[in-house]
Amino acid sequence: MRIELNGEQVFYSSGSGSPGEQAQTVIFLHGAGFDHSIWVMPARYFARHGWRVAAVDLPGHGRSTGSLLTSIEQMADWVAQLIDAISPNHCATLVGHSMGSLIAMSAAARHADKVTKLALLGTSAPMPVSDVLLNAAKDNDQAAIAMTNIWSHSAKGRLGSSENPGLSNLNVGQRLLQQAGRDVLFTDLAACNSFRVDGLPPIQQPALVIIGTDDKMTPPRAGLAVANRLTDVQQQQLSGCGHSMLSEKPNDVLDALAQFLN
Amino acid sequence: MSESKHRSPATAGFDTMALHAGQSPDPATGARATPIYQSAAFVFPDSDVAAGLFNIERAGHVYSRLSNPTNAVLEERMAALDHGVGAVATASGQAAMHLAVTTLLSAGDHIVSSRSLYGGTHNLLEYTLSRFGISTTFVDPRNPQAFAAAINDNTKLLFGEVLGNPGLEVLDIPNIAAVAHEHGLPLLVDATFSTPYLCRPIDLGADLVMHSATKFLSGHGVVIGGVVVDGGTFDWMANDKFPTLSQPYAGFHDLVFAEEFGPQAFITRARKEGIRDFGACMAPMTAFQILQGLETLPLRMQRHVSNAMQVAQFLEEHPLVDSVSYPGLNSHPDYELAQQILPLGAGAVFSFELSGGREAGRALIENLELFSHLANVGDAKSLVIHPASTTHHRVEERALRAAGIGPGLVRLSIGLEDPKDLLSDLKSALRGVEKALGNK
Repeated sequence: MRIELNGEQVFYSSGSGSPGEQAQTVIFLHGAGFDHSIWVMPARYFARHGWRVAAVDLPGHGRSTGSLLTSIEQMADWVAQLIDAISPNHCATLVGHSMGSLIAMSAAARHADKVTKLALLGTSAPMPVSDVLLNAAKDNDQAAIAMTNIWSHSAKGRLGSSENPGLSNLNVGQRLLQQAGRDVLFTDLAACNSFRVDGLPPIQQPALVIIGTDDKMTPPRAGLAVANRLTDVQQQQLSGCGHSMLSEKPNDVLDALAQFLN
Repeated sequence: MSESKHRSPATAGFDTMALHAGQSPDPATGARATPIYQSAAFVFPDSDVAAGLFNIERAGHVYSRLSNPTNAVLEERMAALDHGVGAVATASGQAAMHLAVTTLLSAGDHIVSSRSLYGGTHNLLEYTLSRFGISTTFVDPRNPQAFAAAINDNTKLLFGEVLGNPGLEVLDIPNIAAVAHEHGLPLLVDATFSTPYLCRPIDLGADLVMHSATKFLSGHGVVIGGVVVDGGTFDWMANDKFPTLSQPYAGFHDLVFAEEFGPQAFITRARKEGIRDFGACMAPMTAFQILQGLETLPLRMQRHVSNAMQVAQFLEEHPLVDSVSYPGLNSHPDYELAQQILPLGAGAVFSFELSGGREAGRALIENLELFSHLANVGDAKSLVIHPASTTHHRVEERALRAAGIGPGLVRLSIGLEDPKDLLSDLKSALRGVEKALGNK
């Protein structure tokens, strides 16, 4: 699906859905350097269950045009505009992974009337990024892709044993990051690194935090700290799962989201 | 992204991945080896999960024609070894080729292919697919510009073998991939003779790879199987040439594969349409046997290559041999290219021309003891065939020459035996050739 927002094309996957006018809206927000395709399975699930689904490419990512947004707050404000553009009742549930979880949190705080629930996958607030990774990403160096991708998988996930028949999750992740445009990964990582949670207004909406116990990018203790900041929160821990939980544990993630959102 | 001046984290090496990629100990039983899931279908815990599996919103297995847990280990391991995003195992190498082509092409479409091909592939492209409206132009594999010149408005795919048949022409993958991409087309490469141990076509620019797993991947001549690997590199929506991936598919509720699945689009369509509908799936027992072979692929390929080089060097010096066509020898026209794209060796299949023509070829075959005379390659045991007296016995000499097959051409697939014994067998058989020719 393509819509125009601020004079730019926004691409999102509807999960092959045909929602009714009264359908609730759920927006899926990808992580740094990625695109909508990481959400293919939950997008298709919620579309089949009657939701209006938008697994979106952020500006300058995937098939969306426009300049890269350089802060989480800018991204959150853009999501608020997107909600107005696609949701008939001007509100939506936000589901975000990694950088997407920061966008969801920021949008829930800055535009509380537009966000009904939020699900935060592989989250940390703040979300510091190492200088080693930032510097490599700034140079648009292949090593930045390797670091992001390899560190995002658990030890077991790096060797494989994908739940999705015949897929190499590690290579899918690498290919997605390779296909991102120049400076995309760095801009996103820098936005994550700069995000400050201190000034964030309280988040009152019901929230779900999904934590991978083997997550090296956003360690479990960071996810628990996020959960502790929220007032109406559930948490789900995925045993043995790394940061790339949508590929390592797609069914567990889907079950947790379905239970929370349905 | 630029070439690295920063340090990447370490990843598992090829030998480790050949043993472990795609599999961990069975959570139900603790079995260390990959279990053989000899089950046609898999129980759904409830109806919503069943619907989710059919709708590609859940990971898992439905029916063994579509996917099977044993096959999935093989597929993931091959994707890992070939640096692809995913793979589908098929009933044979021919089925893999057919699946790759039909996932992309429809009646009216066109392929530009190397003319140095396995005979079965040539038959498929030249005679069988043309009955279904898919035509092929065959070109010199040594000339990337010949590929470019043969591309027309209906061309959807470029194709070649890493090591051609029978002349062992080395496919200039980087330059042919560049030609393909300049024209908005993908390059499919048959890497059966090289395996991912010797060559990873995706790293060199190819977009899709296929293998006959019957050969070196399984390595013991006991199964028939194939694999298609998707590099995940090609943008199927960059032009309007690939409607099977860029347009709604009525056979799956108007799913647009390239929109929803990103880099997995091709391999997902291959599984959800080609394997579903044509049904040329692999048996789980076969997948298990190929996995057993893959575990020792690095060790075997080192020995295959080492033995092949010794045999090729011996034959090149023999007075009854006119020529040896092995890219590992600097007498081969593609030696330099082989050094570049096959740095660990140019495989273990090659041909040589006996000076005594058809009669010499026949005599050699009849005097070999250790080499098995049969129509296969890539076995642990050494194999031999004389095309002029077997596969091409009805073909006149002029036509044989046009196909690059001399009357005295013999093809060897070098196995894992003690190389001294292989050389001894060849020496003895060549003495038999000498005797046979002398008695005439």
